[in-house]
Amino acid sequence: MTEPTPDIELRLQLQRTNFALDVALSLPAQGVAVVFGPSGSGKSTLLRAIAGLEPRARGLLRVGAETWQDAHVRLPPHRRRVGVVFQHAALLPHLSVHDNLRYGWRRTGAPASVMQEWIDKLALGPLLARPPATLSGGERQRVALGRALVCQPRWLLLDEPLSALDVERRGEILPYLEAIRRETHIPLLYVTHAVEEAARLADHLVLLEAGRVRIAGPALEVLNSGDLPLALRDDAATVIEASVLGHDEHGLLRLGTPAGTLYAHGPAHPAGTRVRLRVQARDVSVALSAHTDTSVLNIVPAVLQSLSPLPNGQLQLQLLAGGLPLLARVSHQSAQRLQLREGLAVWAQIKSVALLV
Amino acid sequence: MTALLAAILVTLKLAGLTTLILLLLGTPLAWWLARTRSRWRMPVGALVSLPMVLPPTVLGFYLLLGMGPDGPLGQLTTALGLGTLAFTFQGLLFASVLYSLPFVVHPLQSGFGAIDASVLEAAATLRASPFDRFISVVLPLSKPALVTATLFGFAHTVGEFGVVLMVGGNIDGQTRVLSVLLYDQVEAMAYGDAHRLAAGLLVFSFGMLLAMQWLGRRTALVHD
Repeated sequence: MTEPTPDIELRLQLQRTNFALDVALSLPAQGVAVVFGPSGSGKSTLLRAIAGLEPRARGLLRVGAETWQDAHVRLPPHRRRVGVVFQHAALLPHLSVHDNLRYGWRRTGAPASVMQEWIDKLALGPLLARPPATLSGGERQRVALGRALVCQPRWLLLDEPLSALDVERRGEILPYLEAIRRETHIPLLYVTHAVEEAARLADHLVLLEAGRVRIAGPALEVLNSGDLPLALRDDAATVIEASVLGHDEHGLLRLGTPAGTLYAHGPAHPAGTRVRLRVQARDVSVALSAHTDTSVLNIVPAVLQSLSPLPNGQLQLQLLAGGLPLLARVSHQSAQRLQLREGLAVWAQIKSVALLV
Repeated sequence: MTALLAAILVTLKLAGLTTLILLLLGTPLAWWLARTRSRWRMPVGALVSLPMVLPPTVLGFYLLLGMGPDGPLGQLTTALGLGTLAFTFQGLLFASVLYSLPFVVHPLQSGFGAIDASVLEAAATLRASPFDRFISVVLPLSKPALVTATLFGFAHTVGEFGVVLMVGGNIDGQTRVLSVLLYDQVEAMAYGDAHRLAAGLLVFSFGMLLAMQWLGRRTALVHD
């Protein structure tokens, strides 16, 4: 099966009294596309328009070889082969977990093996007889995921599926989302306003602002492009892909990156696992020589690319460390004292590296 | 005693048929009222509620005129070869349907309105067509409202008096219902019979309300 997977082509407009959505996107038919933006940017409306739940949305929507909407056709939601996981799960309250799973499954005529496969993969077996009202938030979202997946959708849409959960429960769902990305060919559209979720999951990232696409592209490119509003936020960060080299008895992981070896705390992973790291600008400082008398573990050589002033009076530095972009923040005084300028070779001292797991 | 038995049968037949017709007509009407954003929603809603505040004799008076040989309804039924409806069981049935309409539509409307829109949207993304969603999601979730609407519609029709007297009259075995029989008995000073009938209707009404509360509690427990 090496036939090329056709892409997703989308041009949707929706006019409301004080809001207009106007989005044109081409998305790969594989992996996770994260739609990221502040609340009110229209990201949930976009998802609803894709699912056919916004009757007033106009435009074009092609998913692979299927046309869901164009100038002549507008398939109603039940005729689109879509899977949707809503923010609050929206399980059918009068049906057991098992009947919730069967609801869409028997309407699509998918084989029984698909049902069993997702019950196993999402560990839903012990929940089957329970009514939705007795489930925890994390369990509900797992059932909602399963209910969508047993319909074998062409596209799985997730509307802030973690936002109603506390931090611990999020950890219960994220591994399943990663398993879906790993083990199926179903493309995912994931709507969120949480930058950590975007950084962890996205293969492709769409930044939405006031109903329009500000930028869209491969996730790491978008996350690390320094001229975006993301880079000006207090939690500005760069996201790095790394592979696990090993870990020591204190739980410190050795990670191979283009900039050299970095260390981070985190759960043990087998050597060779690909992980993503997030390095926040405010955790990075620069020095003109490599200090050895410091508690900072991660010190890598870098070249200063640019300096730009921030609204809070600090300077933001863009560094390139062996091809790896990094952001750093320093005060004006420090910049003058060190005579920082473009092209200068510096040492980036990284106080902490967050493993996105 | 045969007069009582005849009145019981007429009353049960009238209330049963009225409730059945109202469930069939009232369900789509209540669904429309609960979900529409049309500008007609409020006038239609007011019209449906009118029998609650209108004196029954006013409704009965206009129906009597409308069903008469010169009324629009009378002309229609005559043209169809049905004769006029006034003082017939069919006429009484038509009047009862109008009179009890709000008692069926209101519980259904609030039951339908309480259903979370996102649950219906989820069902749509699970390949259920609008009609399928109504049968497989809306009706099961509206079970308490359906029970309330059925009992209210039935009990309210059993209790109607003014409309019946205006359009149905008092024909033994055809249009004489229990409430009219009670009136006759009081008029004839037959207080013993009147007592038995009144007490019977009282117990029936109380039983209906008790059943409604019990059913309501049971569904609430199931949903917890």
